[in-house]
Amino acid sequence: MSKSFFIDVTRCTACRGCQVACKEWQGFQANKTTQLGWGSHQNPPDLNPRNYKIVRFKEHKIGDRVTWNFFSDQCRHCIEPPCKDAADGYMKGAVVIDESTGAVIYTDKAKKLPKEAFEQMRNDCPYDIPRRDDATGIINKCDMCYDRVKAGLIPMCAKVCITSAINFGDRDKMLEMAQKRLAVVKKEYPDAQLIDADDIRVVYLITDKPEYYHDYVLAQGPVGITRSAALAKLTAPLKRPFKNLLG
Amino acid sequence: MEVTRRDFIKVTGAGAAAIALSQMGFGMGAAKAYAKELKTRGAIEVLTSCPYCSVICQYIAHVRNGKVVSTEGDADYPVSEGALCAKGAAMLSQINSDKRLLQPLYRAPNSDKWEVKDYGWMVKKVAMRIKDTRDKYFKEKNAAGQVVNRVDELFHMGSSQMTNEELSVTRQSVACLGIVNIDHQARVCHSSTVPALAECFGRGAMTNHYIDVKNTDCCLIIGSNAAEHYPMVFRWIMRAKEERGAKIIHVDPKFSRTSARADLHVPIRSGTDIAFVGGMIKYIIDNDKYFKDYVVNYTNAAFIVSDKFKFNDGLFTGYDAKKKLYDKSTWKFEFDANGIPKRDKTLQNPRCVFQLLKKHYSRYDIKKVSAVTGVPAEKINKVYELYTTTGKPDKAGTILYALGWTQHTVGVQYIRTGGIAQLLLGNIGIAGGGVNAMRGEPNVQGATDYAILYDKLPGYHPMPRADLPKLEDYNKKFTPISTDPESVNWWKNRPKYVVSLLKAWYGDAATRENDFRYDWLPKLDSATSWDAGDNSFMFHYDKMYKGGIKGGSIFGSNPAQSLPNTNKIRKAMGNLDWLFIADIFHNETTDFWHGPGMNPKDIKTEVFLFPSSHRVEKEGSVSNSGRWIMWHYQATKPRGDSRAMGQTMIDVMNEVKRLYKEKGGAFPGPIVNMDFYDRYDAELIAKKCNGYYVSGPKKGTQVSSFAEFADDGSTVSPCWVYAGSFTEQGNQMKNRDLTQNEREAKLGLFPKFSWCWPVNRRILYNRASVDLNGKPWDPSRAVIEWDGSKWIGDVPDGGAPPMSSGKGTHPFIMQTEGFGRLFGPGLVDGPFPEHYEPIETPVKKHLFSSQLNNPCAKVIQSDLDKIAAPADPRYPIVLTTYSLTEHWCSGSETRNTPPLLEAEPMLYVEMSEELAKEKGIKNGDGVIIESARGRVEAAAMVTMRITPFKIQGKTVHLIGMPFCFGWTTRGCGDSTNRLNVSAGDPNTTIPESKACLVNIRKADKVTELS
Repeated sequence: MSKSFFIDVTRCTACRGCQVACKEWQGFQANKTTQLGWGSHQNPPDLNPRNYKIVRFKEHKIGDRVTWNFFSDQCRHCIEPPCKDAADGYMKGAVVIDESTGAVIYTDKAKKLPKEAFEQMRNDCPYDIPRRDDATGIINKCDMCYDRVKAGLIPMCAKVCITSAINFGDRDKMLEMAQKRLAVVKKEYPDAQLIDADDIRVVYLITDKPEYYHDYVLAQGPVGITRSAALAKLTAPLKRPFKNLLG
Repeated sequence: MEVTRRDFIKVTGAGAAAIALSQMGFGMGAAKAYAKELKTRGAIEVLTSCPYCSVICQYIAHVRNGKVVSTEGDADYPVSEGALCAKGAAMLSQINSDKRLLQPLYRAPNSDKWEVKDYGWMVKKVAMRIKDTRDKYFKEKNAAGQVVNRVDELFHMGSSQMTNEELSVTRQSVACLGIVNIDHQARVCHSSTVPALAECFGRGAMTNHYIDVKNTDCCLIIGSNAAEHYPMVFRWIMRAKEERGAKIIHVDPKFSRTSARADLHVPIRSGTDIAFVGGMIKYIIDNDKYFKDYVVNYTNAAFIVSDKFKFNDGLFTGYDAKKKLYDKSTWKFEFDANGIPKRDKTLQNPRCVFQLLKKHYSRYDIKKVSAVTGVPAEKINKVYELYTTTGKPDKAGTILYALGWTQHTVGVQYIRTGGIAQLLLGNIGIAGGGVNAMRGEPNVQGATDYAILYDKLPGYHPMPRADLPKLEDYNKKFTPISTDPESVNWWKNRPKYVVSLLKAWYGDAATRENDFRYDWLPKLDSATSWDAGDNSFMFHYDKMYKGGIKGGSIFGSNPAQSLPNTNKIRKAMGNLDWLFIADIFHNETTDFWHGPGMNPKDIKTEVFLFPSSHRVEKEGSVSNSGRWIMWHYQATKPRGDSRAMGQTMIDVMNEVKRLYKEKGGAFPGPIVNMDFYDRYDAELIAKKCNGYYVSGPKKGTQVSSFAEFADDGSTVSPCWVYAGSFTEQGNQMKNRDLTQNEREAKLGLFPKFSWCWPVNRRILYNRASVDLNGKPWDPSRAVIEWDGSKWIGDVPDGGAPPMSSGKGTHPFIMQTEGFGRLFGPGLVDGPFPEHYEPIETPVKKHLFSSQLNNPCAKVIQSDLDKIAAPADPRYPIVLTTYSLTEHWCSGSETRNTPPLLEAEPMLYVEMSEELAKEKGIKNGDGVIIESARGRVEAAAMVTMRITPFKIQGKTVHLIGMPFCFGWTTRGCGDSTNRLNVSAGDPNTTIPESKACLVNIRKADKVTELS
């Protein structure tokens, strides 16, 4: 049975157990971060080769009511991942989908992908996820703790989650859990919604407008793009400027 | 196919070492080219505890070849169920940090460098310094000629990072040396909790426990940012919300991660919560929201108070302005001829507590409360309305608080207001209720129990004072008497516990004939005025600053970062001849002599720095906030040449003992005769902590509960409340049985998991959760119940049958009279809480009385202790300080844990958009914050989560800063506490770290941040 995450942001307290546990399990070094010129709890400011997962913080105010949204951002493990389509155009086997879990995995081969392949992958990713370490050429992102899942464990971010905001399990069970929770949450937040549930394996439940969490909550561009379409896009202009990479 | 450890691995009694899951048939299967091997494969699993907050999450250390290779939450710990916050998740990086102290280091006087030394050399040198200083300054008598047998020139600090067993060893050592300047983190974090809760209910501890929060209907989080400081408590708050529809109210100056998950956030000006909760007490009474049967039968509402007791314009009767103390002789109840308190159960007598309470808070109307607190009237009303719905028998409301309540010059009375409100609403003793002090450091509960505090002996006995020369005097003063047959008056047993303690410390040398060597205990001066006989850190660092302290020990604490007016603290340390420190990292204290503004050449202090092992490298027990005492196991050998803090203490003490035996010296009795240990053997010490018989037919047998202790010298116990933790049946703290019956499971009591004091009772005062017939007020949430012949459920708080049987006892068994106290005659600053402004306040007057500040507040006087005048135009902004999820307290551990420093890298100041505009400050700018005492640099975090307050018609700005960033971590900023004021609550001298006055401006350049 393939796997999925269900991430219920209404439960998240932004304790960042997920962000740190992910980093610890992967054995990543810390980045040098700062508050000067930044002034936000969101640190590191963005995903980077040493952070597969970051919690995004965003606040807004309507009347005198403040809302502070937390969004535990990571690869969505698309059912038909555009990054794979992009990578396949350069090298087969650099990006694979694990049969049993559905995890989208960047293999050792991905190291050999040229920089423009990475640029294409990131450009095609509807959620702006892949990152590349320019020093080593490694392209990476969340691997669904594939090693743990294979050993019968759950991914580290779901394991540590204090309030069960992050859940992991068989896809049908996660989708059922998401639907049930949505029905409950809708009573208090009529605009609550599940994001792109049919197309991705990391299903978020949000209550506020997507842009009040993060720019890439909703897919930017089509999800489930076919390989031929992806290839066709190789010559298309980039849909957005690249952000500076961290670390 | 989620597989948890629980399904496969039962932790064995033999050290909890088990083989990792991957070796039990859950391997990778056919490995594919892209698959990594599980990094815990082949590792041994060892059960240990997180060293941060008082939830004390259990985690598994995976050990391979003697090294921890991974850490992961323990799914069997009922409170966390395998989850961890950012700090807990970063344990691997902390354990293996390359910043760990691994070698003993020595800094010679006036030297500018550390030298690596041999451990044995260090032990010998420190023991000599202790002995020389003690011999030179030992004082048999004080200035008044009273016998005191103490050394005023030595001090000891710490630590709540120790296990209970290490704490027991430490407290005994410092007492035997005659040291009275003793303190630790509890003074700073929760010292006000103990007398406040004890005055209300009888014991100074969290009334319920973390899981129990799920049973509540309304959760009032006030004076705490629970989601950030006790992240795991939100696991249970969210369950209450989702499963019971509980409402979550957050009353706190800034909108935080807690507020984000609350139904209602109410910003309040720091320092004004007594006004806010006082107003709620008025609301409860005016609107008949109180639980009448509970109030009449279980609280002292019906007691008649002496007609000499009065309250006028902010002062209670008996105030002596010169001593800054009250003569409390009029704060008394009236008793009948049999010594039973007179009660008017109609609550109509104008001298009854209920009527006095009503009158006292009649001034706290919503308009005034709003003008003082800055909370708009409609929000106040909304909170009162919501929360007071819990005053019904079938409703439960809980108050969760932490340092936002404790750290004020009125901190004790803050907590008292919560206690009074909860007693009126009948929320004490019930599931989902309580006044839940979320204690700080993980093992600050244990360190409080073991009294690493100048004013207590282990087990909540007052420290003897000079006017009590004999044990008989001591017992007479501190053993309450009740002639009421319906009052248990448990403290009548105090002499048994004190004698057992003396036997535990002095062994065979303590006999009935020599008063069990009570004379060997150092005696404090009598507290005859506000500053007499106070040896808490604020006073002893002041003394150090003035040159009166020569040497001392600091274990697992960072005073040069976390104490108020830190510039003064750092200067004071330079006046010491020597300093004996044990810690796991360098911090602002260990390295104070080359800190900012210090010239090492001018600093004479000789520093002996012992590397300490991490918790994962030693075994022992620690106590969580809900009083669950849990054993953790040693996963690896201590790294490098580090030792358990308890081992270092034992080694030094044994060397001191040897020196006194061989060479003699001042008052050697308590040292050469101390009943001590050769090495840190946690099980051996834990056995003693439980207590056992040393004579009589049961000699050598462990006691099964504190009921067995005697005052004849036949039993020993270094801390009576731990009796039952290690019985003849074995080490109960290792209990890992998760089974519960249906009643227990409904509440999440987990009575077979770990062991909790007292006598494994999980919810304190549970006898108040039932009516006079022993039936639960709310059967759906029954904690205990009388089944006609016995109590079923939790261990009852007092085993007598229900009151209606005629053989019953009142439910608050630790109180002399047996009732919950609305009128509390035992505190220093009044029987009812009254609003006073912080010592530094943005107003010249407030609306409740002409008494601006707490009339008994302890404000330290020195040239560096400058105080801004009320409404000082130079410092118009209120500063409040706090912690955050990713760092812990002074930050010395978490700043050395890279993924945590990455997430929160630098000192910031949260400020409103309005104030930023006024000051021309932009988000991310470097800014300078100044108080009358210090100057601090920070990065501006301009946010809509902080809003200006309207106080008595005037706009008052508030800013907030964390206090975890210090100079030993380059570029992250330095101690926020340099701004804070050395002023303390009169009951416990807890510092007022939550409110002082500052100003803020944009910095042209910053030097502390990079």
